[in-house]
Amino acid sequence: MALTNDEVKRYSRHLIMPEVGVEGQEKLKKGSVLCIGAGGLGSPAALYLAAAGVGTIGIVDFDVVDFSNLQRQVIHGTSDVGRSKLASAKDRLLELNPHITIETYETALSSKNALDLFKPYDVILDGTDNFPTRYLTNDACVLLGKPNAYGSIFRFEGQASVFATKDGPCYRCLYPEPPPPGLVPSCAEGGVLGVLPGVIGTIQATEAIKLIMGVGEPLIGRFLIYDALRMKFRELKLKKDPDCPVCGTHPTVTALIDYEQFCGVAPVTTEVAVSTANSNETETDVKALKRKIDAKEDFFLLDVREPNEFQIGRIPGSTLIPLGEVPQRVGEIPRDKEIIVHCKMGGRSARAADYLRQQGYTNVKNLKGGILDWSDKIDPSVPKY
Amino acid sequence: MANKILIPTPLRPFTGKQDAVEVDGTTIGELLANLTTTYAGLKPHLYNEQGKLRSFVNVYLNDEDIRYLEKEKTAVKPGDTISIIPSVAGGADSDFRF
Repeated sequence: MALTNDEVKRYSRHLIMPEVGVEGQEKLKKGSVLCIGAGGLGSPAALYLAAAGVGTIGIVDFDVVDFSNLQRQVIHGTSDVGRSKLASAKDRLLELNPHITIETYETALSSKNALDLFKPYDVILDGTDNFPTRYLTNDACVLLGKPNAYGSIFRFEGQASVFATKDGPCYRCLYPEPPPPGLVPSCAEGGVLGVLPGVIGTIQATEAIKLIMGVGEPLIGRFLIYDALRMKFRELKLKKDPDCPVCGTHPTVTALIDYEQFCGVAPVTTEVAVSTANSNETETDVKALKRKIDAKEDFFLLDVREPNEFQIGRIPGSTLIPLGEVPQRVGEIPRDKEIIVHCKMGGRSARAADYLRQQGYTNVKNLKGGILDWSDKIDPSVPKY
Repeated sequence: MANKILIPTPLRPFTGKQDAVEVDGTTIGELLANLTTTYAGLKPHLYNEQGKLRSFVNVYLNDEDIRYLEKEKTAVKPGDTISIIPSVAGGADSDFRF
């Protein structure tokens, strides 16, 4: 695919480098990358892929730009809040590079559409934010023979690799099983250093570009771990597992499965995924809590969030014991009173409540919706975050 | 002879926020058992109810996955670094988004 004069001017710094040259740039122009997610990882990745001249960039996302995204999702701007991430991303990418094609898919990736969506692309860039989609993306890549430029982040640590190549490992070789829901905190609960996905997403874009051009040494069989606070990079060796159910010598997964079920996550229709045998005995809501506080009932309100969250806002009368300290500080939690446990949204407090019941507490309830629901329905002066 | 175990971010709340701890032991199994005795909050994250190491947590001896060495029987020398690498997905709370 020959370059136009405008493209030659634009990519001149690539063209004068032997590692890219006209040949490499033409490969990029013919090449295609599908970004799953236009969020923290997808933002820098798509921007750099566009700048580099990747001819077709596909983006899959169904989310809308929110203020809390702008701390890291640099493809979106303040005036995009409320807009679809796809519309915002497409505008920004075409402004950066009008010579490329942006294809948008406003849908949730699922077992029904993944194979068809992935097929036309050379490389899949996994920028997703939940385990079911990561396993889905991995399996679809292996089944189709598409390399997966993988990246993931948590707070200030990131991971990157290239999965699903013919001789290399896939995501399941490293993690055959997902963690049970709620065991690994999300960005909304754990927070994330804004710059972190910028580094990892750009690393993913670097790998995609190398794979398309066929240059350098991609992260196949290598797991890059990045600690932003210590500014350390480490590399671990990854092996293709011959017993891997998807990419091994005798695969048992030959079609896409139900990934929500695989990851133990409740389907979209239920509002709260934490299911318990007798909901009215193990859960309560913010209105009932307010009634108890007003009636000056004798109970213990346990907040299991982190100290900096407690500083942002709290429910009156609560005692803070961060989730990780609950086992050591269980002596501070009275056994003879009703215990109501809360956190930001209800996930961590559910785990704490389960833990307390296992320790023999007989009267423990989880506050559905957490302090965010309290702010919504009871006291809007408590900031949402 | 104490060895260093590197604690990943999601598990640091259970080690008093430390990112590395020194633990005694001559095999990986011993080191992890001593680790989870000292830091009891770690136990359910590393081990399931049957006492087996959870498979979404990988343990490395220096840069090698113990699954391809002798798993928990892998011998540990002075100066070896043990890393715990859990799977992370970032982003939305999987309890609520899906």
